[in-house]
Amino acid sequence: MSLTSAENITKTYTMGEVQVPAIRGVSFQLQAGSFVSFVGPSGSGKTTLLNMLGCLDHPDSGRLTVLDTEVAGLSRRAAAAFRGRHLGFIFQDFNLVPVLTAYENVEYPLLVVQRRPEAERRQRVMELLEAVGMAEHRDKRPGQLSGGQKQRVAVARALVTHPALVLADEPTANLDSVTSQAIVELMKRMRDTLGTTFVFSTHDTHLVEQIETVYHLVDGRIQDGAEGVSSDA
Amino acid sequence: MREILRIAARNLLRYRRRTALASLLIAVGVVSLLLFLAVGGAFKSTMIESITGSMMGHIQVHHRGYVASLDTLPLNLQLKPPQARKIEGELEKTPGIEAYSKRIKFGGMYSNYLETTNIRVNGVMPERELATCPGIADRLIDGPADGPTLRPGEIWLPKLLADGLKVKPGDEGVIIATNNDGSVNGVSLKVTGILESATGPGGRDAYIHFQDAAELLRMEPPEVSEIAVRVAHFGQVHAVHAALAGALAGEVNQKGKPVFEVHTWEKLHPFANVARSVDLVTRFMLVVLVAVVLVAVVNVMMMAVYERTREIGTMAALGTQPSTILGLFVTEGLLLGALGAAAGLVLGLAAVYTMNLVGVSMAFGQNTDLILRPTVTIGQVAVVAGLVMALAVLGSLQPAYRASRLDPIEALRHV
Repeated sequence: MSLTSAENITKTYTMGEVQVPAIRGVSFQLQAGSFVSFVGPSGSGKTTLLNMLGCLDHPDSGRLTVLDTEVAGLSRRAAAAFRGRHLGFIFQDFNLVPVLTAYENVEYPLLVVQRRPEAERRQRVMELLEAVGMAEHRDKRPGQLSGGQKQRVAVARALVTHPALVLADEPTANLDSVTSQAIVELMKRMRDTLGTTFVFSTHDTHLVEQIETVYHLVDGRIQDGAEGVSSDA
Repeated sequence: MREILRIAARNLLRYRRRTALASLLIAVGVVSLLLFLAVGGAFKSTMIESITGSMMGHIQVHHRGYVASLDTLPLNLQLKPPQARKIEGELEKTPGIEAYSKRIKFGGMYSNYLETTNIRVNGVMPERELATCPGIADRLIDGPADGPTLRPGEIWLPKLLADGLKVKPGDEGVIIATNNDGSVNGVSLKVTGILESATGPGGRDAYIHFQDAAELLRMEPPEVSEIAVRVAHFGQVHAVHAALAGALAGEVNQKGKPVFEVHTWEKLHPFANVARSVDLVTRFMLVVLVAVVLVAVVNVMMMAVYERTREIGTMAALGTQPSTILGLFVTEGLLLGALGAAAGLVLGLAAVYTMNLVGVSMAFGQNTDLILRPTVTIGQVAVVAGLVMALAVLGSLQPAYRASRLDPIEALRHV
């Protein structure tokens, strides 16, 4: 089943009077439960692509459908609601809310975005914190956690709403190799357990080795003749 | 809402020094305004009570044209007995009036048989006058041993005049005055009281019995220069004035002009201008408070939005609605205002309470030993607190709106 499909999408940024093409006619399909990465050097368009998949941005042309929803047609409020309902995000810099504890950070999407009842929140948050091995650190604030611990909390936060799709922009870029390995294994395990689709952007070669489907992006185009088709690494 | 409050409160605590400084600034503004309201209010009320309670009354009724000629105390603009009765009838019917007093006012000469000086005299019925202006008893610094009683044949002299003529209680003197027919008459009087001077017109008048004044001016039956009125509650002065003026407006002369004029103390005493100035300065203080709160809150909230741009981007990416982000920052502003207001109210009320206990010494015009007892009403406290909170919300609206409108991608890129 196709979770997401892109048909010849383009995106160009205007910087002053200069037009900078970021994505130049990209097409692909992502299957539910897949573990996918867009790989490429800086400026290749990885983050732009992830932003569009995450309904944070929309293509200038072409057709991008996420969970049967045309991304370009979403208003600001509708896009926020869509993200809150269906998507999870993991960031390179973890982006935890500093004034909230690990528990509260994971709880945030359920409480502020989805407004779930307390009992359900408690159950889901504790399940996820235990799954990522952070239950014992539940009352610590981000400032009291290591980089790896923060990213584990971020993974739990991304999954707590049971999203269909998790988007991870360079999730291991600020972690050492051992921690990176642990985080990738954690995400894979979560994918296996919950069936969530994970889409990464990365230029970490160690991470790429563990990804099942890799799209190589160069200058806003998918390379290796794999455009539109998943290619197992 | 609870979670928004919790996050907002923690964010304020996150920048403790900035929050403390902004709250302190707001608190200083609140304390300043409360102190000014308390001291200014006490000054106004003390002076007004002194003026109305010891010489003027709250409202005065005259024959039309009398007030315009007040300096000369004209005897040709007196209220004739039927006119005075008409006014008294209305005063008896009008609700909210505590007391009223008929006065004969005139100018003349006073002699202690050695020296002579000019004098302004009030002929009054003592019991009614003391009911209308009870503060006269407090001004009586050297009075009769049996209390503030003014009998026929007696005079209370103003202190400045008594000091100038070296007159003391028990001395005899004579008042000479010209009546409305142009004849000069005199009456011998015994000094039984010395009155402390008061600020404003009437503050240096002598008092004699109504009967003596009528005899001296050969008024048979007696005419009346003015009727002073005291209302039961000071806040009702304007309502009673309006009712009385309305009731007497129907009395017109042959030319169709009103026979009477009714004035509140504000129209008759220059302190009303000072009171208005106090109100003006209060408004100015209010404007300063508005500026202080707005500057403090806007500054803190703009800094917060700038420093937490990435955090806002993260919240937006996670699906937080723009309205929730707006609510979060407005709540932070509101809490900041509440913190400053609470600190200011505690400090301000403590200061007002202390000043009320100790008393604030002050001199104004002839009143050289005023003791003010500053106080603020619950209404004033509520208005100040409400104003600060409303301003805090207002001040945080623009930064909060900006935060809610941030592009998540740009916000996430922010360093």
